[in-house]
Amino acid sequence: MRILAIAGSLRRESHNRRLLLAAAELLPPGADFELFADLKAVPPYDEDDDLVPAPAAVARLRTAIAGADALLVATPEYNSSIPGQLKNALDWASRPLATSVLRNKPVAVIGASTGAFGAVWSQAELRKVLAAAGARVLDVELAVGHAAERFDELGRLADESLREQLQETIDALLAATQPRAIAVAA
Amino acid sequence: MSTTVDTTIDTPLLPAGTWTVDPVHSQVAFAIAYHVGTFRGSFAPVAARLEVGADGEAKLSGSASVSGVKVQDENLAAHLQAPDFFDAERTPEIAFASTAIRPSGDELEIAGELTIKGTTLPVTATGRVGEQRTYMDRPYFGLELRAAIDRTAFGLLWNNPLPNGEPALADEVSITAELFLTRA
Repeated sequence: MRILAIAGSLRRESHNRRLLLAAAELLPPGADFELFADLKAVPPYDEDDDLVPAPAAVARLRTAIAGADALLVATPEYNSSIPGQLKNALDWASRPLATSVLRNKPVAVIGASTGAFGAVWSQAELRKVLAAAGARVLDVELAVGHAAERFDELGRLADESLREQLQETIDALLAATQPRAIAVAA
Repeated sequence: MSTTVDTTIDTPLLPAGTWTVDPVHSQVAFAIAYHVGTFRGSFAPVAARLEVGADGEAKLSGSASVSGVKVQDENLAAHLQAPDFFDAERTPEIAFASTAIRPSGDELEIAGELTIKGTTLPVTATGRVGEQRTYMDRPYFGLELRAAIDRTAFGLLWNNPLPNGEPALADEVSITAELFLTRA
């Protein structure tokens, strides 16, 4: 089991990266966690550059997604939406659309913001983008508002209720990676 | 007052026997209003089996592959197969099984259960029976079914609002099944 985590903000002290690292601590034994570190290196999407081989950072992104059983994406909120570089990276990952590495990939979206609402509008937009790309987007939301005050000195979520919600999100994501038989009437 | 109910189903329109489908000349198609136009596609291959007893009692069952959905754009075909719509990875087929077939004027009324994306709901189709012919001692005929369903009842919820707030894609979908049936 391999979970690929992508933080939508780039800065070193990103609250969303901290949120993903807090999530990593809640994974069960045997589940591998990888934090994608190259988001900043992904070039602006240009169909003229969407060739084989892909730009190096794009190839690393696509390989990381393809090798993961599920994605956990944490996004901040910029102007009521997702950061441009995160959208740009997903645009690269979603090509070619019919056969992309995002297709059928289980994804959970979470988010942190310094405001009161925890990036809920951004999370909604991110779920929409991922679903349009063909991902298996979980119907979950984790809104960490006032993010600057939410983590303890060890990087864990200080709030018990938020920690439980994060655990439920992770459990749902892990469950979504399991094959699920649905009976089809003959 | 008698409590006896006559359950004999009289379907003189359907010829007796067991009939299977010629998949190359059969299709299950859909049409749905999109903006000011109609979005159409089909599912292939189709499997179906019709059994008509000597007493006229008939049963139709069939399925069609969602993985083989065909529309005029490969990206839209991929979107239809995604979890947003049919989720072909987990539910690769749609299926139908009749519960009652009875004449309705010159046509048939076919009640049954339709399964899409793991949800089974009752649906009633109208059926038109074509002329029966025979080639090399094997009889065959065409059967065309039409039904209308609400896609949202089956969990196919995707939509995008237009600038005026109206949804881009309708909820009601018309489904047609054109079956080329050959006696097994």
